Amino acid sequence: MSNPVHQQIQSTINANDVVLFMKGTPMFPQCGFSAAVVQVLSHMGVPFQGVNVLENMEVRDGIKEFSSWPTIPQLYVKGEFVGGCDIVREMYESGELEDLMKDKGVSGVSA
Amino acid sequence: MPMKANDIETLIKEAFPDAQVTIQDLAGDGDHYAAQIVSAAFQGKNRVQQHQMVYKALQGRMGNELHALALQTSVPDNT
Repeated sequence: MSNPVHQQIQSTINANDVVLFMKGTPMFPQCGFSAAVVQVLSHMGVPFQGVNVLENMEVRDGIKEFSSWPTIPQLYVKGEFVGGCDIVREMYESGELEDLMKDKGVSGVSA
Repeated sequence: MPMKANDIETLIKEAFPDAQVTIQDLAGDGDHYAAQIVSAAFQGKNRVQQHQMVYKALQGRMGNELHALALQTSVPDNT
């Protein structure tokens, strides 16, 4: 992994259990899809690190190559790419997201 | 530059000839779509992989000309 942006992304997802690459901040999302994922995570009581891609053009493009995923938001749990808005919402509704968080030992998930 | 629903369907069907594709123009603006795709090609893949296959079929349009496409992918019931 020689791309410095990819290295930066990798160290962010290594350093935090749950990372959301999003447009805007968790307090002020600037896109409906990002807001939807923030809402799911907040509702589950999962602490997460938000990364505002609008503040960094290199990360905004880099994250898309990093995961072979063309859109923002992107959710990572314990270093693993979980999905974008559709997948997160679908997994939340089916209860899979909560199971995933528990399986991965993410703290703060209310049972 | 918005894409037409037909163009999206054509690209998806080229990549997944067996697919049943349903496309909905969510906002009526040619810019926000939802697609349901049922194809045996998704067998044995997880959701991320299934969606990545669709994005690949769209040949880089997703996130560019195509601003929003909500995806629902599944395998046919009888396989």
